[in-house]
Amino acid sequence: MKYDAEVKISLKKGMLNPEAATIQRALSLLEYQVENTKTLQIIKFSLPGESEKNIHDEVDEMCQRLLCNPVIHNYEIKITPQLKDE
Amino acid sequence: MKVGIIRFPGSNCDRDVFHALELAGGQPSYIWWNHRNLSDFEAIVIPGGFSYGDYLRAGAIAAITPIIEGVKKIVKEDKPVLGICNGAQILAEIGLVPGVFTTNSNAKFICKWTELKVKTNRTLFTSLYRQNEVIKMPIAHAEGRYYNDEIEKLHDQDQIVLTFASENPNGSLEAVTGVCNEDGLICAIMPHPERASESILGSVDGLKFFKGMLKKL
Repeated sequence: MKYDAEVKISLKKGMLNPEAATIQRALSLLEYQVENTKTLQIIKFSLPGESEKNIHDEVDEMCQRLLCNPVIHNYEIKITPQLKDE
Repeated sequence: MKVGIIRFPGSNCDRDVFHALELAGGQPSYIWWNHRNLSDFEAIVIPGGFSYGDYLRAGAIAAITPIIEGVKKIVKEDKPVLGICNGAQILAEIGLVPGVFTTNSNAKFICKWTELKVKTNRTLFTSLYRQNEVIKMPIAHAEGRYYNDEIEKLHDQDQIVLTFASENPNGSLEAVTGVCNEDGLICAIMPHPERASESILGSVDGLKFFKGMLKKL
């Protein structure tokens, strides 16, 4: 069985996000007044596995070991079974 | 004394560090990221650059390469390890020093001379400076803003090595730009001592980092 995994990485609450601040300032140059601008990173891949739970645990380990830095990041994992091989 | 300079794809301060180590009286040689054994060396320097294109986060990919096993082993043998700029980001990513160096508060690459304060001289690297001595070394980074959610611990354990002495160009927490591990044998600094190691470069203040590191050897 193959699964699609999506990892959504965001900065922890209260962490300065210079990229988002720059985008928000640029939007205001175009006269769009917006607030609370955030940028997120999404990493997607597919992998084989036995169950959604196993895959989730494996992807969680990837987040801890490489994809995220626990000092500054929060992350969300979404696992979807593939209907057929892609 | 033999000092290993670790090279990753994208390291670019390796030759400058080599030169500075020679000026300091060391015998440097390069070692590629895919080696695991560093036991021939008495000390290690991880130089600056853009290892693996800074993909994911600066230092994140270098932090999981085989040579890091060697670095962890050499640390247990009480041999000094110095990370400069990208090397500092790598040491923070591995967790060998506390905290993280992340995107500058103004989101720009900053390349300039800075005034720095030596906060502790209990580490080998800073042992030839006076405590609170102000020195001049350049920075060159886009991801150098130091952050740590347990900064008090660093004060308590005397782990802050360098702070910006006047302006805080990248928005670092408490202007911190160099930290060490608990016993002071692993040191991660964003400024470049190798670029301040002979008078023709504009400052010799950085050379003592290397001389101090070689002192024990």
